[in-house]
Amino acid sequence: MVATLLSSGFQLFIPRYLGKAVDNAQGFLQGAVAGVAEIEAALWLSAWMILGLSILRGLFAMVQNYFGESLNDCIAADLRKAFYHRVQQLDASFHDNAHTGDLITRGMLDLEGIRHFPSTGLVRTVMLLVLVVGGSILLISTDAVLGLISLSFVPVIAVRSAIARIQLRYLWLKQQERLTVLTNAMEENLTGIRIVRAFAAQAHELLRFDKHSSAVRQVAFERLMARVRSMTFMGFSFFVALTLALWVGGNKVLAGEITVGTLTEFLAFMMILQMPVRQIGMTVNSYARASTCGARFFEILDYPNPIESGKTLPDLKITKGEVRFEGVHFGYGEGETRVNVLSDITFNVQAGKTLGIVGPPGSGKSTIARLIPRLYEVTGGRILIDDQDVREVSLHSLRGSVGGVQQDSFVFTASVDSNIAYGNPWSDDAGVIQAGRDAQLHDFISQLPGNYQTLVGERGVSLSGGQRQRVSIARGNLINAPICILDDATAAIDADTERRIHDAVIARHDHRTSIVISHRLVSVMHADEILFLEEGKIIERGTHEELLDLRGRYAELHSLQMGASSSVEAALAQVSPG
Amino acid sequence: MSRGVRPPRGVIGAQVSHDEEMFGRVFDGRVMRRFFSFVWPYQRLLAFALIAVLVFVATQLAIPLVILYAIDHVIQPGAAATVALSSVIMFLAGVVLVNYLANYCQEALVGRIAENVVVDLRRAMFAHLQRVSLSFMDKTEVGRVMSRLQSDTGTLQEFLETSVFAIGDVVLLFGIVITLLVLDAELGLLTLSIVPILLVVRYFWLPHARAAFRRARETNSMANGALAEAIHSVRTVKAMVRGKDNHELYSDLADLNLTTHLRAAKLAQVNVPIVDGLTGGAMAIIVIVGGRMVFSGALEVGVMVAFLFYVQRFFDPIRSLTIQYSMMQRATVSGQRILEVLDVPETVIDVPDALDLVNCTGAISFDQVSFHYTPEISVLEAVSFSVSPGEKIAIVGPTGSGKSTTAALLRRFYDPLSGRVCIDGHDLRTLSQDSIGRHVSMVLQEPFLFSGTIFENIRYASVTKNTADVERAAQAVGAHDFIARLPGGYLFVLDQGGGNLSLGQRQLLSFARALVADTRILVLDEATANVDSYSERKIQRALNILLEGRTAIVIAHRLATIRDCDRILVLNHGRLVEEGSHQELMDIDGLYARLCRLNYASFDDVPSSATR
Ligand SMILES: Nc1ncnc2c1ncn2[C@@H]1O[C@H](COP(=O)(O)OP(=O)(O)OP(=O)(O)O)[C@@H](O)[C@H]1O
Ligand SMILES: Nc1ncnc2c1ncn2[C@@H]1O[C@H](COP(=O)(O)OP(=O)(O)OP(=O)(O)O)[C@@H](O)[C@H]1O
Ligand SMILES: [Mg+2]
Ligand SMILES: [Mg+2]
Repeated sequence: MVATLLSSGFQLFIPRYLGKAVDNAQGFLQGAVAGVAEIEAALWLSAWMILGLSILRGLFAMVQNYFGESLNDCIAADLRKAFYHRVQQLDASFHDNAHTGDLITRGMLDLEGIRHFPSTGLVRTVMLLVLVVGGSILLISTDAVLGLISLSFVPVIAVRSAIARIQLRYLWLKQQERLTVLTNAMEENLTGIRIVRAFAAQAHELLRFDKHSSAVRQVAFERLMARVRSMTFMGFSFFVALTLALWVGGNKVLAGEITVGTLTEFLAFMMILQMPVRQIGMTVNSYARASTCGARFFEILDYPNPIESGKTLPDLKITKGEVRFEGVHFGYGEGETRVNVLSDITFNVQAGKTLGIVGPPGSGKSTIARLIPRLYEVTGGRILIDDQDVREVSLHSLRGSVGGVQQDSFVFTASVDSNIAYGNPWSDDAGVIQAGRDAQLHDFISQLPGNYQTLVGERGVSLSGGQRQRVSIARGNLINAPICILDDATAAIDADTERRIHDAVIARHDHRTSIVISHRLVSVMHADEILFLEEGKIIERGTHEELLDLRGRYAELHSLQMGASSSVEAALAQVSPG
Repeated sequence: MSRGVRPPRGVIGAQVSHDEEMFGRVFDGRVMRRFFSFVWPYQRLLAFALIAVLVFVATQLAIPLVILYAIDHVIQPGAAATVALSSVIMFLAGVVLVNYLANYCQEALVGRIAENVVVDLRRAMFAHLQRVSLSFMDKTEVGRVMSRLQSDTGTLQEFLETSVFAIGDVVLLFGIVITLLVLDAELGLLTLSIVPILLVVRYFWLPHARAAFRRARETNSMANGALAEAIHSVRTVKAMVRGKDNHELYSDLADLNLTTHLRAAKLAQVNVPIVDGLTGGAMAIIVIVGGRMVFSGALEVGVMVAFLFYVQRFFDPIRSLTIQYSMMQRATVSGQRILEVLDVPETVIDVPDALDLVNCTGAISFDQVSFHYTPEISVLEAVSFSVSPGEKIAIVGPTGSGKSTTAALLRRFYDPLSGRVCIDGHDLRTLSQDSIGRHVSMVLQEPFLFSGTIFENIRYASVTKNTADVERAAQAVGAHDFIARLPGGYLFVLDQGGGNLSLGQRQLLSFARALVADTRILVLDEATANVDSYSERKIQRALNILLEGRTAIVIAHRLATIRDCDRILVLNHGRLVEEGSHQELMDIDGLYARLCRLNYASFDDVPSSATR
């Protein structure tokens, strides 16, 4: 700031010396009184002053710009960290509704939009203020009328830029919103590129792109014109003031009221202002942009976070590892839009025991799995782990005690090693390799060019469906949490491999409390209790044998998977269409 | 900046910071020409814009000249020339007005061209990405491509929009040089003697600055990559409680980014006092030399004043170019990155006289097909089989044995390295890709849905299909019931990737989408892996009717899924090891028979040692 003030201050004095120099030069012409030597000395003085002031101005401008940019960068770095932290902290229901493309745009582009403002915008504004205020004092003290005329453009610009700011802010917001729509469309297209190709839908996708793209273009044009109108008008008002100054000043010189040097000083000062005046337009534009970007950026930072914020809670103390659901109700969404997904779910998995869950798609199995680590908040009833309500223990300790495999496996763009060690980055080589072996991945990994260091994921070797799932299993295994939830973890794995994984994992972790969700009965039939879920309700429960004896839905599933049974076929013949 | 100990295996974001290895380098010499081809369609606008720029610069130059004239010839103390002054003022007012109009036109026109060019570039990139080979897309993070589609075009646009200043400034620069020389050649040359010094300084400074800027950009994209990863993987991060570690790792990245940015800023700014000093030097020369010349009568005062004005105007653009150096750098690099995308080669392309297969019976043959993604790992080796029209065959095998790859080759996502894949006896390479799409539809192993309504998703590209078709398909896969229960039914809006449905439900929709396409050949890659057997059986019965006479390839691990198939192919390590009906394969007692026994046995029944 100080540097800004000084550098603009120095800038102010330069015209004064230019004026002096001109006056001196003029002095000769008029056959002035002074001797040659004196004039010579005066010229040198002016020259040195100009040179010195310029260098000083440059030095201070450098310091000012450097500190300005450092300020930007420091603020940007802090904002970056805060955004990252916030994104990780925001709960699952927020992420359900947010589009990744939108979040990324905010975290990257909007950040850039804000980052450039403090230095360019703020500093320019301050500089302009100093120039104008300092200049007005200098000029008005020299000649009040001429000074006022020279500065007559200032109020015009002030009003015009205020109007432009409002318009531009609105248009920037609109443009950013439309750009987000376009971004999301492009991102989905690229993520689903195989579907696009498989259905030869390129033309279809281009049509969609064009629709969004022309919406963006249209508002971009509007914004452009708003900016151009205000900027050129500001430039115009400046030159009008210049013309007026020349006119009035010229007349004054003619009338002998001021010297040509004074007039030159005025005009030189105005010339110096020309650049900053041009920049006001830019500043207004970048201010409008920064404030819209800022609004979008801070919307995320300020988003309320019901689950993860709030008072500090005691850590979960695992004594046995017992999981209990007591009359749990749950629905996704808020208020009106909430659809009930689970109703009155009650069960109890004793320490070291296994619970199996089966049921048709959408019956709520994964939802149960998500409620235990409190990714979502139950809407009724409660969930207890070793008699502690999950809502009354710290999230960190809770999620640290619940491990397993999610239904969607995410592979990071990193080495196989880092992928397996994702949940436990402190583990050693032996641990990672053991986890790889248990998940039946070791042989595959050994044949990769870089073994465990091979890059996988988007940039490296793409994995087959089953390989991806096994990476998740290895990752889940390495955590070795007392409570383990396997959500359809072997759907893409053949029976042979599945059995070997099962043997290795069971052998290793027999003491864990597990919840196994699967469509393949072989994975759940050995469980201590099996729940059959349908539309969010438990409709059958018991051990494998009990359920078979019940001759209900579970028994039907069983006979379908264990070879066709005529009774089921007959039942199906009635329900099947046509 | 907390510098604690970081977990040894904790990494976030792709650790590779150079994009260059992925996108080849652009052929540098033609960058300008390539860009120009995007500007060329707007040649009329461009011509007007150039005229406006010239007029603007001319008036910009004229204003000081008029003032100079006024001071020199009109405003002489004593010479009562009020009339002359008025006419000069009138003239100046005219020039100012023209200046205003020209300024308006140039800004509006250049801005318009810039916006259009950027939109066109983005579209060209997007359209190109629709054609580049999947092997490229496989290895490229979506985030990186997105940043080119999005932030690089943004940077370029920002630059182009303000580039009107640059064009004007360059013209102005030349104009000023000429004016200076014309006004007084000697003083002009003296003043311009500053310029070579400037060039020398820049020569030494540029390489350092460039390196610093590149580093800053690299760390930028590393940090952005990590952010994108965090956003995509947030559920895994939560479940794995990596939040705190990641936050620390990310802080390191952000700090690194900060350090490199600060260094770049430092390098950009050292230039400022040098340029300012030189400006001062030039003015000092004018004051002394000009002053003496005025003294000796060789120069008029007005000319000296004009010189002082022009010198300021001369260095202004140089100054602002220095200050905005980072902006220019960014724009240049962005331009290159955009061209790199446009230069990614297409490897799977239609041959010039590609056959547009109109009617298709649905016969498929694989003839000694070999394939690998990376030379180190062979995926398919000499696989041969044929499927007659209307036949339903199953492909089974351990994970990673090449089943999905076989499906990908049939849809010509890739070309086989040797051997042929044929539909109706035509090598796929001789058919147009669009026509393959009309005859083959797929359910991919990973169900992918777009955000939008369920209706739009099921219908997808088959825009000629109506609601009844969509409902029929949904009914066949047993999705109609749950859709009907959703608020809005078929108009229920899916979140990104169908996140507000369960995985099984997503799979059903992706299945229905393939049915609506109504093709002769249907490839089902684990289409019902996340669906229970009861629902699956219902689907199978419905399909038996719906797919009567069509060719189907069914890939599955759960053997109940393939019970209706006519023939079973067994893949192992990329080789076709067994082929035949269920009974035939059971009789051979090979891999299939073992998989079969395991499928139907509980984990407790068969000790795993016996399965080896
Ligand atoms: N895009 C790719 N780039 C590089 N390697 C790949 C790619 N896709 C698959 N692979 C590799 O090719 C091999 C075969 O993969 P494929 O997807 O065909 O297996 P699959 O039989 O479908 O297995 P699964 O039952 O697990 O789905 C695997 O080892 C896999 O790692
Ligand atoms: N994030 C979400 N937002 C809104 N609704 C959701 C969300 N996730 C799931 N649902 C809905 O909740 C219900 C239960 O989903 P859930 O994922 O628990 O099913 P599931 O039993 O795991 O099914 P599947 O066998 O297909 O995995 C479904 O009707 C689904 O549409
Ligand atoms: Mg599920
Ligand atoms: Mg596969």
